[in-house]
Amino acid sequence: MDWGALHTILGGVNKHSTSIGKIWLTVLFIFRIMILVVAAEKVWGDEQEDFVCNTLQPGCKNVCYDHFFPISHIRLWALQLIFVSTPALLVAMHVAYRRHEKKRQFRKGDKKCEYKDIEEINKQRFRIEGSLWWTYTSSIFFRLIFEAVFMYAFYFMYDGFRMPRLMKCNAWPCPNTVDCFVSRPTEKTVFTIFMIAVSSICILLNVAELCYLLTKFFLRMSKKVGNSKHQPNHENKEETKQNEMNELISDSCQNTVIGFSS
Amino acid sequence: MSWEYLCDLLSGVNKYSTGIGRIWVAVVFMFRLLIYVAAAENIWKYEHDEFECNIKQPGCENVCFDHFFPVSHIRLWALQLIIVSTPSLLVVFHVAYRENREKHNQKLYKNPGKIDGGLLCTYLISLILKTGFEIVFLVLFYKLYNGFKIPRLVKCDIRPCPNTVDCYISKPTEKMIFLYFLVATSCLCIILNLSELSYLIFKHSLKCHLKKYMKKQQ
Repeated sequence: MDWGALHTILGGVNKHSTSIGKIWLTVLFIFRIMILVVAAEKVWGDEQEDFVCNTLQPGCKNVCYDHFFPISHIRLWALQLIFVSTPALLVAMHVAYRRHEKKRQFRKGDKKCEYKDIEEINKQRFRIEGSLWWTYTSSIFFRLIFEAVFMYAFYFMYDGFRMPRLMKCNAWPCPNTVDCFVSRPTEKTVFTIFMIAVSSICILLNVAELCYLLTKFFLRMSKKVGNSKHQPNHENKEETKQNEMNELISDSCQNTVIGFSS
Repeated sequence: MSWEYLCDLLSGVNKYSTGIGRIWVAVVFMFRLLIYVAAAENIWKYEHDEFECNIKQPGCENVCFDHFFPVSHIRLWALQLIIVSTPSLLVVFHVAYRENREKHNQKLYKNPGKIDGGLLCTYLISLILKTGFEIVFLVLFYKLYNGFKIPRLVKCDIRPCPNTVDCYISKPTEKMIFLYFLVATSCLCIILNLSELSYLIFKHSLKCHLKKYMKKQQ
């Protein structure tokens, strides 16, 4: 089990996403997860070993490291990625539920069911409308909240996004205020800024997707309202024409009129 | 052999689960297994090397580490994940048994994977076992480590340490955060299992009552 399994799970959701959703997923996998696994983990790999304090007092280094890094950047990013990917599961579950219902209908031999076999149901791509729209929109909303919460937690815990070279520590058992040096501070700052930048891009993509979905929803609503207003006038004109034709042809066309007006 | 084997196992179980059962599988995958592999394992990786005692006496550090961590948190976590996932196999075996009976024309089932009759009992037993194991491991964590806290400093006076020596645990705060996360996800899984149990019992007792009522009417 690793990030590859997450890729398989989310890949399934990709089929039913909007174009912006697909871009978001690509950004997530290439610029966040891959960078985390291939590069960032190695930069933070030796963080405690190479964290050096200017003292021989045993225990001082451990205590100072724990004080300055309550939770390591790399672990926080891993948690952020997992939490941000989880709302997509809601969509996957909803799609699986719909497929299950369609398969049940198919097995019962429902005439309304337009599929030829089960494989077609498995391969079908569902449109984002109805209850699936609500699930999808909620998942984007939760994603945004998780991203924002983790960015804030990062900023709050580490006083900004810079990794200092030197930290002064006087936690017990350090005998006095001791200088402690962080390993690879510049490289860590670069990666931190990179991850924050990509997080911000993901937030923008999510906001864009949300706006797109809401716009589509309101357009659809206004079309429906528009259609229901125009329909009676259109029907009246057609009926008058038909009546004229009926008068010219014969009385038996009355059935057609009744059928037409209903 | 790795966690992928457990993943394949659980994916197989997913097919014969109720909706709540599938949520349980998703929680185990995403919030327990993935977190374990992607984050937690690395925190405890060098716990012995980074465990430091304020003494030069050879052997003192080893003995103190062994005294305070009889079984490392991360190993208990792995054991918990494996043992808690195993009762689901009972359901898989029972379905395989049903399919085997069908193959040998001993009995025809409408749907071998449907949760009724004997399979319902097996499913309920697997839920009770899962919940039981979760609770046992939580109690074990609590008893072994005096609560879910990890102190920065522990005092040790076991031979060959010449006196009471200060020993410092590495990354205690980070370990504690992930320990709380483990406890929270365990509790969530217990709640999901209990909900699924109540849902199944309620559904089937309702079915039984309805059947009895229909029979009385006739």
